[in-house]
Amino acid sequence: MDDWRNGGFGLYVHWPFCQAKCPYCDFNSHVSANIDQKAWARAYLAELDRLSEQLSGRVLNSIFFGGGTPSLMQPDTVAVIIERAREIWPFANDIEISLEANPGSVEAGRFAGYRDAGVNRVSMGIQALNDTDLRRLGRIHSVAEARAAFDIARTCFDRVSFDLIYARQGQTLDAWQAELHEALSMAIDHLSLYQLTIEDGTAFGDRYARGKLRDLPADDTAADMYHATQEICAQYGMHGYEISNHAKPGAESRHNQIYWRYGDYAGIGPGAHGRLTLNGVRHATETHLAPGAWLQAVAAGKGESLRDPLSNQDAAAEYLMMGMRLAEGLDMARYAQLSGQELPQDRLQDLVELGMVTISDNRLCATLQGRALLNAVLRELLVD
Amino acid sequence: MTDLAKIRNFSIVAHIDHGKSTLADRLIQETGTVQDRDMKEQLLDSMDIERERGITIKANTVRIDYVANDGETYVLNLIDTPGHVDFAYEVSRSMRAVEGSLLVVDSTQGVEAQTLANVYQAIEADHEIVPVLNKIDLPASDCDRVAEQIEDVIGIDASGAIQVSAKTGQGIRETLEAIVTQLPAPKGERDAPLKAMLVDSWYDAYLGVIVLVRIMDGVLKKGMRVKFMSNNTLHHVDRIGVFRPAMQVVDELGPGEIGFLTASIKQVRDTRVGDTITNDRNGCEKALPGFKPAQPVVFCGLFPVDSAEFEDLRDAIDKLALNDASFSFEMETSAALGFGFRCGFLGLLHLEVIRDRIEREYNIELITTAPSVIYHVYMKDGEMIELHNPADMPDMSKVDHMEEPRIKATIMVPDEYLGDVLKLCQDRRGIQEDLTYAGSRAMAVYDLPLNEVVFDFYDRLKSVTKGYASFDYQMTGYRQDNLVKMSILVNDEPVDALSTMVHRDRAEMRGRAMCEKLKDLIPRHMFKIPIQAAIGGKVIARETLSALRKDVTAKCYGGDATRKRKLLDKQKAGKKKMRQFGKVDIPQEAFISALKMDN
Repeated sequence: MDDWRNGGFGLYVHWPFCQAKCPYCDFNSHVSANIDQKAWARAYLAELDRLSEQLSGRVLNSIFFGGGTPSLMQPDTVAVIIERAREIWPFANDIEISLEANPGSVEAGRFAGYRDAGVNRVSMGIQALNDTDLRRLGRIHSVAEARAAFDIARTCFDRVSFDLIYARQGQTLDAWQAELHEALSMAIDHLSLYQLTIEDGTAFGDRYARGKLRDLPADDTAADMYHATQEICAQYGMHGYEISNHAKPGAESRHNQIYWRYGDYAGIGPGAHGRLTLNGVRHATETHLAPGAWLQAVAAGKGESLRDPLSNQDAAAEYLMMGMRLAEGLDMARYAQLSGQELPQDRLQDLVELGMVTISDNRLCATLQGRALLNAVLRELLVD
Repeated sequence: MTDLAKIRNFSIVAHIDHGKSTLADRLIQETGTVQDRDMKEQLLDSMDIERERGITIKANTVRIDYVANDGETYVLNLIDTPGHVDFAYEVSRSMRAVEGSLLVVDSTQGVEAQTLANVYQAIEADHEIVPVLNKIDLPASDCDRVAEQIEDVIGIDASGAIQVSAKTGQGIRETLEAIVTQLPAPKGERDAPLKAMLVDSWYDAYLGVIVLVRIMDGVLKKGMRVKFMSNNTLHHVDRIGVFRPAMQVVDELGPGEIGFLTASIKQVRDTRVGDTITNDRNGCEKALPGFKPAQPVVFCGLFPVDSAEFEDLRDAIDKLALNDASFSFEMETSAALGFGFRCGFLGLLHLEVIRDRIEREYNIELITTAPSVIYHVYMKDGEMIELHNPADMPDMSKVDHMEEPRIKATIMVPDEYLGDVLKLCQDRRGIQEDLTYAGSRAMAVYDLPLNEVVFDFYDRLKSVTKGYASFDYQMTGYRQDNLVKMSILVNDEPVDALSTMVHRDRAEMRGRAMCEKLKDLIPRHMFKIPIQAAIGGKVIARETLSALRKDVTAKCYGGDATRKRKLLDKQKAGKKKMRQFGKVDIPQEAFISALKMDN
C-alpha cells in the first residue's frame, strides 16, 4: 500500500484574489479589479483534466477552496469545479468541501449559492473581535458585519469554523482570554486560533524590521497566551487537535488532516502546492505563482511549474514535521518505513525525560509543552 | 646605485583617518610613479583586512623619483609602517630605517592621541619631522589653531607646516619639495662591509621570502652570499630590487637605499625583523642595535567549527606561519572542542588578524578560546612549569606559587578622559608609576599585569576615551601574585575552553560577569540551564538561563511543507555549528564574547 493512503487524498483549489491585501499575510494573493470568472473556471477545469490522467483510481476525501479570498468566486465557478472533480474521482461518502470566506455582507449573500454548489463547510476569517484591532490587521470588515455574516453562514452550513489571530499589538493576556471566551460562546464546533507571526515580505515584516511594529507581546506573554488558549478551549470541549486548531470530537477539518497525516493532495490554481505519489514515489508539485502567468501556462498545456521527487529522508522529515503538529502524533513504524531508519532513540529518550513527548503503542505525540516548542523538538528529531 | 645626497627616506605618521594613505597615494601619483590607469585607492595597504580596518599590518614601501625645483632628480623612499601597539617593535625598526617623518594632522580635527605614540617613536629615532596639515579643502579646517597645537603638544616647530589637501592635490608639490629640502640625506660608507637592516619580510608564492632591507653601509649585489647575524644563516642573494610600488629588479643597492632581496628563503621564520644582514666573510663587526626576536605573549586555542576541517586548518596555519615569524602554534586537543591548535600572538590585534585571515582566505569557521598569557607555575618540588593554557593547570595542592607577566604601560590621553583611564587601570590591577602633563594631555605610566591587558583592555581604553588615547607597552618581567584557575560549568558540566586564570580578588567579579554574559549568549533550550563559575569545587557565581517556552510555527498547511522543512533544515544546520556540551549547544562566538568585560 502506498504511504499516502494513511492520510487520504484531497484537492486544493487556490483562488488568488483579494479585495485588499492584509499586512500580515504572506499567502499568494493579489488585488485585481477585472477578473474573467469564465476564463478562470475553464483553466481550473483544464488542470483537473490534466491531473485526472495521472491520478485515476482514487477516492477523493476533501476539496478545499483557499486563497486569496475564495468567497469572491461566483457560486457557478465553484459549482463547475466541484462537478468536474466528481466526474474524475469518486467522492468519499463523508467528503468535506470547504471554502474560506471573508465575513463581509457581500460574501454572505453568496453563501446559499456555495451550499447549492456542494460546499458543506466554510471557514471564516474573522481574526479579531474588536474593531480597532481589525483595522490594525488591515481587515475591511467590522465585528458587527462579521457576526452577521457568521449568523448567515450558520443557517446555510452545518459546519462553520472561524479564525482568530492573537498575540496582537498591545494585546494583554487578560484581553485575549476575554475575547476567546466570547469567541467560544459564538463558535459551533471548530476554531482556528493563530498566534500573529511576522513574516518576511509582508507589510508587517517591513514595519517590524524598521522597528515600527510596536507593543507586540513579549515571548513569555505569548507563551502564556498559547497555554491559556489550550486550557480555555478544553473547558468548552474544543480540544486542540493541532497546534492552532480546536474542534469538538469529529468536527476536525478533514482536508487539513490530510496535510498533517501526510496524505496526498493535488493543488490547482496559481502557486498551489501538491504532494502526489506517482509510481510509488512521493512528488512535490508547484504551479506558476502569478495569476497571469498561471493562466497562460494552463492555456499552453499545464499550470505546473515544478514536479520533484522527494527523497525518502525528505518525505519522512515532512511526515515528522506535519504529524507532530497533531495531538494524535505520528506512527513511528510508518515513519521508519518511510525514512528507512528509526527515529534517534537517544534523543527520543531525552525528549521523553524533558516531558516534551510521550510514546505509547508506537505512537509519538508531543505533549502540550512539547507542542509549544515543536520547532525545538523537531530540530532534535530531524535526522542529520 | 644612487648618490647618498640624492636620497631621502621617510615615513608618514598620522592618526587613523587623518589621510595617511590618501596622501601616500597622491605623492605616488604626482611623481608619475604609477600610471593613472593603475591607480587604486590606498595603494600600499594590500590586505583586505588592512583596507577595511584602516590599519597597516605589514610595512610597505615605495620608491619615488622626484625632479626637485633645483633641477636634480631625487630618490624618495616611503616606508608605510604598522600603527598598532601589537606591532610596536616592527614600527620601531621601520622608523630606524628612515631619517625623517611627515607628521600628517587633519586640520579640521587637530592632534589626536594616536598620533603621539608614533610621533614619539619618530623623535626617538632622531627623525627630522615635517608637519603637514591635511584636509584644508574642508570648511572646518583651522590651520593656525592646529599648528599651534602641534607646537604645544608635541613640542616641534610647526610654523612651516605645509597645508595640503590630499583630496584635491593642493600642497602635494610643496610636500615633495619639503622632503627634499628639510629632511636629511642618509649617511653611510660605500666601501665598508655590508650592513643592512631587515625591516620586514613576507612570503611570495613565486619568489619565496621577500626581505625588505635598508642598506646602512656597503653595497648589496645580486649573487652575493650574505649572513643574517641573529642566527648566522647564510643565503645566496638571487634577486635585488626596489618597489615602485610594483617590484623592479636593480643591479645593486648602496648605502641609504631601501629595497628588497630574495635568496630562495622558504620561511619567513628564518628572517627576523631588526636583524642585521652582512657579507658572509669579512662582514661588519657589530650588528645594528635594538634587535629582539619575536615573542608571542598572548595564547589562545583555534578550533574548526566543523571538526572535519581540522586538516584544512592545519594547512592554513602552516601557510600563514610561513609568512609570519611572530606567530607560533602547536596542536591541542580539548575535551569539548576536539582537535585544534594552541597559537601564540604578539597581541590581540595580531590574534584577530590571523583569525580573520584563516576564516576569509581559507574559508574555515573557527572557535577561538579565551586568550591567555604565559604563567610561571612553581611546583612544591621546585620545578617551574610555563603554563600557556589554563586547561593544563596542575593540581593546586602541588603548586607552591605562581607568577604572571607584568608590563609597563604608557597611556597618553586628553585631560578630560584621564579619570576614566585611571579607573580602568585601577580596575585592571594597575599600579601607577607616573603621571605627567604635556599641554592638555596627560601621560600615565602604569605597571599592569599582562593578563588584564591582553584581552580587551585596548578596546575598553578606546571606548572610554572615544579613541583619543594612545597606548604602548613593554614587558617588564614576572611577579608573584594570588592567581587561581576559574572554571565555568554549563548545565553542571565544566567547559574547558572557557577556563581562565584570574586574580583571586577579582574572581567573583569576573565569574559573575562571565555567567551573565553566557546567559545572554547561549540560546534558550527546552530546559533551564544553570551557568556557574567555580574555583576548584567552590561555586563563586551562578546564573540560570530559563527554559524556552514557545517556538512553534502557527500555520503549517499543504503549501507550507516545503518551505518549513527547508527552514528547519537551516535551523538544524545552525545548531550543528554550535558546540554541544552535554545537552547544551553553545554558539561559537560565546567563547570569546563571554570574556569581554564592560568595565
